Amino acid sequence: MQQPAFIRKYVHLLSSASLLWAGAAYSQVKDTTTLQEVRVDAKRLPAGLSPVTAMQVLSGSKLQRLNSLSVADAVRYFSGVQLKDYGGIGGLKTINVRSMGTNHTAVSYDGLVLGNAQNGQTDLGKFSLDNISEITLYNGQPPTLLQPARAFSAGNVLALQSRTPQFSDNEQWNGKVSLKTGSSGLINPSLLWQQKVTARIYSTVSTEWINANGRYKFRYTNGKYDTTALRQNGNVNAFRAEAGLNGLLADSSTWAVKYYRYQSGRGLPGAIVANHFNYGQHLEDRDQFVQATFHNDPHKRYRLLANAKYADLYSRYIDPEYPNEQHLLDNYYRQKEVYVSLANEYTINRWWESSLAADFISNTMDANLYRFPYPTRYTTLVALASRVHLPQLEIQGNLLATIVNEKVQTYESAGPKREYTPSLSLAWKPFAQQHLWLRTFYKHIFRLPTFNDLYYTFIGNNNLKPEYVQQYDAGFTWQQPMRGRWLYISLQADGYYNHVKDKIVAVPSDNLFGWSMMNLGRVNIKGIDVVLNTALQPFKELLVNAGINYTYQKAQDVTSGKGGFNYGQQIPYTPWHSGSFMLGADWRSLALNYSFIYTGERYSQKRNIPVNYVQPWYTSDLSASWILAQRSFTNKLTFEVNNLLNQYYDVVLNFPMPGRNYRLTLSISR
Amino acid sequence: MSVNHLYRFLLYSLLLLTACRKDILLPQVDSVDITGYSRPHDITPTVQGLYVLNEGNMNMNKASLDYLDLTTGRYSRRLFEAYNPEVTKGLGDVGNDIQIYGSKMYIVVNNSNKVEVVDAATVTRIKQLNIRQCRYVVFYKGNAYITSNDGYVSVIDTASLTETARIKTGRNPEQMAISGNKLYVANSGGYSPPNYERTVSVINLDTQQELKRIDVAINLDHLALDPYGDLYVSSRGDYYTVPSRLYVIDTHTDTVKKRFDITASNIFIHKDRAYIYSVAWSYITHSNTISYAMINVKTDTLLSTQFITDGTDKQIVIPYGILVDQDTEDVYVSDALDYVSPGILYCFDKSGKKKWSVETGDIPGHFVFLKKN
Repeated sequence: MQQPAFIRKYVHLLSSASLLWAGAAYSQVKDTTTLQEVRVDAKRLPAGLSPVTAMQVLSGSKLQRLNSLSVADAVRYFSGVQLKDYGGIGGLKTINVRSMGTNHTAVSYDGLVLGNAQNGQTDLGKFSLDNISEITLYNGQPPTLLQPARAFSAGNVLALQSRTPQFSDNEQWNGKVSLKTGSSGLINPSLLWQQKVTARIYSTVSTEWINANGRYKFRYTNGKYDTTALRQNGNVNAFRAEAGLNGLLADSSTWAVKYYRYQSGRGLPGAIVANHFNYGQHLEDRDQFVQATFHNDPHKRYRLLANAKYADLYSRYIDPEYPNEQHLLDNYYRQKEVYVSLANEYTINRWWESSLAADFISNTMDANLYRFPYPTRYTTLVALASRVHLPQLEIQGNLLATIVNEKVQTYESAGPKREYTPSLSLAWKPFAQQHLWLRTFYKHIFRLPTFNDLYYTFIGNNNLKPEYVQQYDAGFTWQQPMRGRWLYISLQADGYYNHVKDKIVAVPSDNLFGWSMMNLGRVNIKGIDVVLNTALQPFKELLVNAGINYTYQKAQDVTSGKGGFNYGQQIPYTPWHSGSFMLGADWRSLALNYSFIYTGERYSQKRNIPVNYVQPWYTSDLSASWILAQRSFTNKLTFEVNNLLNQYYDVVLNFPMPGRNYRLTLSISR
Repeated sequence: MSVNHLYRFLLYSLLLLTACRKDILLPQVDSVDITGYSRPHDITPTVQGLYVLNEGNMNMNKASLDYLDLTTGRYSRRLFEAYNPEVTKGLGDVGNDIQIYGSKMYIVVNNSNKVEVVDAATVTRIKQLNIRQCRYVVFYKGNAYITSNDGYVSVIDTASLTETARIKTGRNPEQMAISGNKLYVANSGGYSPPNYERTVSVINLDTQQELKRIDVAINLDHLALDPYGDLYVSSRGDYYTVPSRLYVIDTHTDTVKKRFDITASNIFIHKDRAYIYSVAWSYITHSNTISYAMINVKTDTLLSTQFITDGTDKQIVIPYGILVDQDTEDVYVSDALDYVSPGILYCFDKSGKKKWSVETGDIPGHFVFLKKN
């Protein structure tokens, strides 16, 4: 095929400017058999996106420039996602994908799920972007066959990938030091060091310290009163350290081991309610895990992926205002997880592969709570998956078996559970010459009741069943390389219907302080996610990237009978309309980015009445970076203004978000 | 599509997303006429209105004050915010008690650590009292007595509206009642299970000293005094094996004289009748057992009659408040549903038949009548 001159020009330009996001991605085209006959002009397309899957990716410089301190800030730019954010650097931040509820999204770190048997949620605010190279959201599951069974076991997977060491031939080390500072007293130094230990073994050390007083101004008004105050007790002191080795064996097999530790102490600023603005609650966390991976030669007909992990999570909650005998509530919670996984994939012929994965997970929890049963959960997951792929058609299906047994030291345990849940996806490329894939998937999955749901004193209910979700999705991915100054256009759209059944909800017992968990609730979710990305090159040294996300969701409470007081109402905190817009420009050593996030009107409680109405909010964030290359070093200075228009808003009612705030980052990397 | 088209598309998309926030409206009273409302004409009314305090779920800041005009049957919601729009964040978080003394109404807002003192007729603020984790209020000789979860009763001079003393009680004191010059306080200790309190504190109101603690049962909650000097006390039990029970204290001897083997959450005594409902939670079965009972307080005997007789009790999910209209003997019962939806106020006539019902704020639980002036 003839390569037109302008293509060569762009290829040259893009490869020389590796910090440009449209360019950065194409060098690492993902291993997707369906992309085998990618044409030369497809190199204009951003890579990382598998058109046969409902997924979204943030990576490379696109991720870096999103004015994000943590993973939580970045995931707001995904379509179909609501971030539940309690505000501030230390505020709890959890993801809710397509209104299924936080517990239906598994968060993985370097390929292994971050389990939390206690509450089934991952605080994304704990994950700084400093060492993250890629964030991918898969609706349903990642499309690969060779993966742990656990990757098949959630409604959605948010995959975080840390920076893996990459060296050119004569390099012995890579590194990065950075210092971030900004509003709310933020001080955030970090260090990344990657060393070539031998020709086949690379090491990585990454560490950072985050300290902030967490104070920021917030404002509430009803048109008559107009109160501005300073958010208190939001201080954070967090330390993260990661160390890992990546190895390559002579037969192309790879292995990796990694130790991760996160330790923090933070104030919990509490709900801003009348006459009660300041709180004294405090939370300490200490998470650590060690994980190991072995992956045999990916070119063989039989491939194997073995994983093992041990995780130890400790948290301590202190409430000095609690009116018990000691006038102090001091509870600790400790969880341990042992995890082993073996996945096998076999290529049956040129167009057919199958895999079988088996995982075993042991979770235990300990806490100094009254009447706590000290549970242990053994989970066995077996996933059988198969994929048929032709140049214009791809069909993938899997069946997941989940076997759960629990035991407790005292009181009663939850009964054993056996679940068999399928998933099926189909993708069709109607025109050989067009990058258009029509795709659809169905997935039936569930989330287990957490240890808190089952055993938390006075709240837990050991009779709980799993909470089931049926997902139906139909959509398309269209990626078109363009001619001339317009580099490409990429459009993804999905329509979906989710049905949540036996939703685990808190229901009242005899008084306001007594709640209990029940399988009570049904939700129907109909939604549309649209993602549009494009890049332009108006003249040689200027590259412009733009992207729009839009989400429409109608998430109706369809609980009837017992507990059905709000039939047909939009569920709390789910806006009908939400979206984001990003515009980035790179010119020589300058990079500018503007991003806008919009969350439409929604309700804070189940009934859609004026008293529960929550105003839309929208924020504009700006960043400017200046990059200076000196010999083999790259110096980068970034200035960010977040919430430029200083809009005061709540994501969660009475938990105010920061107004306009600033960050300055200086980094030197090699 | 050309580059120009693309720019235009992006611009339109941006405009679409920036749909503006609605203008902030000053809080307004939301009123409805209750369907089927009636009140007998052949009575000489002593009360003209009924205030309903809705607790609102914790951290939601949705405590609200409603008012029923007993003459017209007009039900008005969210009075406090409408009449006091200058109060930052309004009535506040978790309304726990409401009482009138003289011309002033006291609204106890637990998690806002405050008592709003308002004009009983106009609901306009007179003063805010700051009391940490306040629970209930009663009055005696110009003083207001307010329990705090911190283990004391705050004494407020109702003329100056300042705290004049604090009287120590047991842990997490709940409701109070006054007999003669003695204040009875139910101590719950509910924040330290299984080490519950099991006493009623007796306080001499003339000396403001605790006289004694009467041993009753664990986790005490509500108190009501009958016209014969008997004090009815509810124990919530431990929600596992120790059941909720109702006890009677003779205030002449300050001893427990009787135990009724029924579960009891809340008690309202009118003339010779005690009206009782119970929401007995069990952590063993993970369910509430809801029941209603009546006691003849003159003879201290359980009656076989009910105050809801038309089957409406089957519809009530969580009875959360009770009150009897002294003019008509109508019984008001509120339903908190699931705590996060607007509740319902029911009115039953003295034969136990439903007269009407109306939607309230979230978790209606506390009432006070506005007397006819």
